[in-house]
Amino acid sequence: MAEVPATADVVVIGAGIVGNSLVHHLTRLGWRNVVQIDKGALPNPGGSTGHASNFIFTVDHSREITDLTLDSVRQYQEMGVFTQSGGFEIARTEERMEELRRRMSSAKAWGIEAELVSPAFVKEKVPFIEEDQFIGAFWTPGVGVVDSLRAGTIMREQALATGELTVVPTVEVVGLDTEEASHGRRRITRVRTTGGDIEAGTVVIAAGVWSPKLGDMAGISIPLTPAVHQMISVGPCPQLAEREGEISFPIVRDMDTFCYERQHGADMEVGSYAHRAILHEPEDIPSIEQAKLSPTEMPFTSDDFDPQLEQAYELMPELLGAEGAEMRYAINGLLSLTCDGNPILGESEVAGLWTAAAVWIKEGPGVGRAMAEWMTHGHSEIDVHHSDIARFHDHQKRREHTRLRTTESFIKTYGIIHPAEQYASDRDQRLSPMHASQQKLGAVFFETAGWERPFWYESNAGLLEEYGDAVMPREHEWDSRWWSPIINAEHLRMREAAAVIDLSAFCIFDITGPGALATVQGTCVAQCDVAVGKVVYTPVLDAKGGFRSDLTVMRLGEDHFRVVTGGAHGMADRAWFAGHLPEDDGATTLTDLTDDVSTIGIWGPRARDILASLTEDDVSDSGFGFLSCREIDVRGTTVLASRISYVGELGWELYVPMESAADQWEALLEAGAPHGAVPAGIGVYGTTGRIEKGYRAYGAELDSERSIVEAGMQRPKVKQADFVGKEAYLAQREADPAAVLCTLTVDDHTSASGMKRYMLGGEPILTPEGALLTDGHGHHPYVTSAGSAPSLGKHVLLAYLPPEQAVLGTRLAVSYMEELYPVTVGSVDATPLLDPTNERIR
Amino acid sequence: MASVLVCVKRVPDSSSEIVLTDDGQAVDGRFAGFTMSQHEQCAVELAVQTASATGGEATVLTLGDADALEQVRAALAVGCTAATHVVADSQQLGPADVAREIAAVVRDHEAAGRPHDLVLLGHDAADTGDFQVGIRLAYELGRPVVNGVTRVTVEEVDGRPVVTASGDGPDGHETYRVPLPAVVTVLEGGVEPRYPTVPGRMKAKKIPVEERELAAAPAGPARVRWSLPPAAPSDVHVLGKGPEAAPAVVDLLEQLGVLAR
Amino acid sequence: MILVLVEKDLAGAAVEVSLETLTFARSLSDAGGGVPVDAVVVGDVSPALQSQLAAYGVRDVHALGGPGFAAFAGAAWASGLETVLAASRSVVVMAAGTPRGGEVLAHLAARSGVAMAANVVAFDGLAPFVVRRQVVGGQAVEEMQLSTRPTVFTVAGHAVEAAPAATPGPATLVEHAPEVAESDLVARVVSTEEPAPDLSGSLKSARVVVGAGRGAGSEGGFDDLLELADLLGAPLGVSRVVTSLGWRPHHEQVGQTGSRISPDLYIPCGISGAIQHWAGCSSAKAILAINTDPDAPMVTKATHAVIGDLHEVVPAINAEIRRRRAG
Repeated sequence: MAEVPATADVVVIGAGIVGNSLVHHLTRLGWRNVVQIDKGALPNPGGSTGHASNFIFTVDHSREITDLTLDSVRQYQEMGVFTQSGGFEIARTEERMEELRRRMSSAKAWGIEAELVSPAFVKEKVPFIEEDQFIGAFWTPGVGVVDSLRAGTIMREQALATGELTVVPTVEVVGLDTEEASHGRRRITRVRTTGGDIEAGTVVIAAGVWSPKLGDMAGISIPLTPAVHQMISVGPCPQLAEREGEISFPIVRDMDTFCYERQHGADMEVGSYAHRAILHEPEDIPSIEQAKLSPTEMPFTSDDFDPQLEQAYELMPELLGAEGAEMRYAINGLLSLTCDGNPILGESEVAGLWTAAAVWIKEGPGVGRAMAEWMTHGHSEIDVHHSDIARFHDHQKRREHTRLRTTESFIKTYGIIHPAEQYASDRDQRLSPMHASQQKLGAVFFETAGWERPFWYESNAGLLEEYGDAVMPREHEWDSRWWSPIINAEHLRMREAAAVIDLSAFCIFDITGPGALATVQGTCVAQCDVAVGKVVYTPVLDAKGGFRSDLTVMRLGEDHFRVVTGGAHGMADRAWFAGHLPEDDGATTLTDLTDDVSTIGIWGPRARDILASLTEDDVSDSGFGFLSCREIDVRGTTVLASRISYVGELGWELYVPMESAADQWEALLEAGAPHGAVPAGIGVYGTTGRIEKGYRAYGAELDSERSIVEAGMQRPKVKQADFVGKEAYLAQREADPAAVLCTLTVDDHTSASGMKRYMLGGEPILTPEGALLTDGHGHHPYVTSAGSAPSLGKHVLLAYLPPEQAVLGTRLAVSYMEELYPVTVGSVDATPLLDPTNERIR
Repeated sequence: MASVLVCVKRVPDSSSEIVLTDDGQAVDGRFAGFTMSQHEQCAVELAVQTASATGGEATVLTLGDADALEQVRAALAVGCTAATHVVADSQQLGPADVAREIAAVVRDHEAAGRPHDLVLLGHDAADTGDFQVGIRLAYELGRPVVNGVTRVTVEEVDGRPVVTASGDGPDGHETYRVPLPAVVTVLEGGVEPRYPTVPGRMKAKKIPVEERELAAAPAGPARVRWSLPPAAPSDVHVLGKGPEAAPAVVDLLEQLGVLAR
Repeated sequence: MILVLVEKDLAGAAVEVSLETLTFARSLSDAGGGVPVDAVVVGDVSPALQSQLAAYGVRDVHALGGPGFAAFAGAAWASGLETVLAASRSVVVMAAGTPRGGEVLAHLAARSGVAMAANVVAFDGLAPFVVRRQVVGGQAVEEMQLSTRPTVFTVAGHAVEAAPAATPGPATLVEHAPEVAESDLVARVVSTEEPAPDLSGSLKSARVVVGAGRGAGSEGGFDDLLELADLLGAPLGVSRVVTSLGWRPHHEQVGQTGSRISPDLYIPCGISGAIQHWAGCSSAKAILAINTDPDAPMVTKATHAVIGDLHEVVPAINAEIRRRRAG
């Protein structure tokens, strides 16, 4: 019955798997005076950890989630709370078998033992399963169950043993106080609780489904929603009771019915993700006293579960229908869902206020470690940028958005999700000024950060005939889903004439004031102390030399820099720069212009002619050189033009005031038409154009686990000025790389069935015989980006290879849907396959 | 061959701290959920046992809104084989109304050739606690009523079906023996209600449920409003720490009279 | 007139809750300008009972006798009440909220076509007559308007404290022996037996249960607990984790997926009190928790607790019990 201390170096709110793991890793990394509070009692305060089914399947298509899971398994094993059971993911349909083959790709890419097995194989290990209900299974022997409550207690006790942790259960947070900090930010100062106030400069919200409520107390959005996962327990089953211990049969995930069957002693737990999405508001979760079981074990709604019950019974009739086996425990268990399925980690807009929420048992200890490292060093060993709370744009912070997206995605928990799959709900949040025009052109819109972006234009369908087989049509439905050969036609027209591309989704912010140069110099690897009017493309690193971003910086004045970066990661970039503004310097500011400025790109051999027809200003190579920018007058409007290219062609990015962007767009199309220019979509900009040029993309080739050297992006010199990650970068330059980013081309696409197949990304690169390759990190190479290179007539893959294989002309294989296709290394650095000397850009 | 009708009511689960609806007319069940009372669960168990022992049938009856179907299915899942649902807002009915509606169902079923020899009810509803519906029903039907028993069996005595029902009374364990047809209200404790099985639950889903409207306009309850009494604080009495607490523990055992032997 | 049905214990004295009801009736009488309070007793009225009722201010004691009242039958008792009601011209009929009191008054209300309020704890006004009564098992209070005549209600046990009247009543004995219709005797008690003490050791019916959780530590960690169970003639109940780990058989499990118990005393040792488990033991009348963690839910929800390791505390208790038995 500890007292609430008056001060703390860090307060961790929550004693579920995340909070417990966090206090352990924080004290391990040397944090002192750590206070952990929870409104519930220990060891089970009543959150989602308390009713978790506690099993861990290790293979996920996301590398980030897989790495967090593998790290968690390792930690659970060290604590002695992991019981290996093995697990099957069974397929009832051929479509699912195909998905399981794709899962094999991920297993090989992440180096996890797995194999595709027959129903008879499953039956041998799970004798009470009906073999004729399914056609095959994905077997992961390393699957297991954990005791998450015990793990939490162990980690908490380890933290207590350091003498630096005070744990106070049954104390509820009633307020989070903040104060004004520099640059318009606020900072956390105090946690107010029912047991008294705690002064603290660092606070972590690790409160699971209650996190949004706590976030509200400090005025931040933690956009997750409590959602129901139904689970029943059937028992005692004699088949299970005769074996000792908690689990002695593999766990079965019945993928096509969205159910799982997991032994728990003499009981069989059947869980479901098949029912309608049942969402709750954090405010509507009962108190501990009001709850019948625990606050997150809501009353079971049997109607929702009945169809799954039937399917489970079909699969295991002898077990679930056994004499004496009764449904004694059934809950609508609450867990946390987010709009994109990833956790919410990191420091919020309020300085010192961190979150670690929407984390499942399988990631808990891994997240605890990553968060503690991040809080201690500013970065974590495992790249967690997909989970960064800074990723959310304003429209994603609305509860409505989370509600709509999770309603749509809930059923996909066990779904077959195409890598390019688009959400249908809550679309049209951010429309570029040319949206109406694009609709008329038959644009097919994909969403990035809420922006509706044309991926291709049906109006260009006429080009297909013109280019014939050069558009590299795809026969297989999966390969061509969320894709069109029109993308390749638009690409070819761009290379031949020109293309006009809407880039309104770019995130744009200005850094101005006396500290502006110091801010960009301190964050960017490239030399930013350049002449006014110069454009700099630069990596941005974290302290350990991993990528935070890559972006362009324009110097618009002595004390005025403009940063242009991708929409998807723009909010995190903005937060990173904002966090590096000089302290106590009110004069240096960061201003977001994303909603004020639209970007239109025009590229291709005729781009100059087209632009020249719309402006009196000099746009010749001598008058407007590559990597320079300046304002020009286009049809009476002042437009900032930047001569840069991500598609390897002559051309400009034009930064146009939002209000005149629609007009300029029309004018460019109109002026371009006689030159053969067409509008082109992001399919060209983001994939075909860049992949021919070997241009890297953040989030695909570049993340915090990759270095400039491995990515082949090092320049001959390193600037004098200091910048984040410089020391690490210098060391990386001295060492031999452990992996090398290479460009590969697919030599033969023909599958065993005779149909040509096209990889989409994520596939493992193997030896020609299909053996695993391993790089200097112990990682296995996989495809980071894949796409057509229509001008080369090739399908191109990017992958980090072990240095021994990173040799031009090396023959390897890519595994796609469990078949091998020959590939050849075409580039072992940033040298483009197309136009290696960059003639076209001039 | 006894045909048993067992009456159940969908009530908010009140095993944890309850919350009232804003209008103060009911318990808000959204946190703890809805259930049927323990008494009624035992009544269902007795109905199923009786039907099974006599080769008869157990029909479940409820009066409640559309959601009350959940309790009907729960009873079907543990062995009732027919169901009737009077669809109405049970909040708007007083105990006399409910008794009259059950009687109407019994009479209509009888007219349709499905007489119910034995009507079982819970001793009292877990929410409204009126303690009278079963007795009023008996007067509506002109049948004898046994109140508050825990065990029920039906057998033939001299060629006539008789229900033997027993429960704890002030003077000891009391037994009644009443010829059918009769009404019996059940207290929990005599039988252990079974949980549903997976096949039982699936079977329940397929049994058709007779839906009815109210037979007559209800007079309504005499309720003005509900309120919550102030909460009682937790008052654990710590007897001591470690082995030194043993004498205090044994004192307590003696005081509770559980040590005698 | 206010009529109160008074129940007797095996010795023939009025039960406590009936005295409470008389006390409640007097307060109603006071509010109503001193309406007399009469009592109804089924069977013999001993002099001791008569003086007990006098002390509670009773005017007349109506004794119901005759063959129709030999064994309990709710309808018969109600018919007797009807006789007294008519004779005394009472407008209010009350009984204690016992199973019997409630049953008889429900019969009376049904026969008279009037409402009945169960488990009244107070009255708010006389015109209209508004009572407050327990609902939801005593967790909430209902305000209820009770406007029919006769006004019929039972009084919840321990809603008021039994207190003799400042001025004793005459408690004049009035004997009645009404005919009871055969139809009112169909449902009557035909036999009564003392329940045999249940020493079967079954979890569900046990008076004492010794509980064991993860704190037992291992499969071999139950010896002291089994000894305590043996000393108390109590069965062992265990938490889910104990059966999950295979330390004890499934039939010993208490909780959501095991048995639900309601002993006079539950002694959970080394059980933190997970909600799973609590659902199975919350009906225990008293709980003595033995746990190392003073904040464990089982400790905070218990009536009594010892803070300490069960492997130290339980042997000490066992020794103490043996010592006292030997002494």
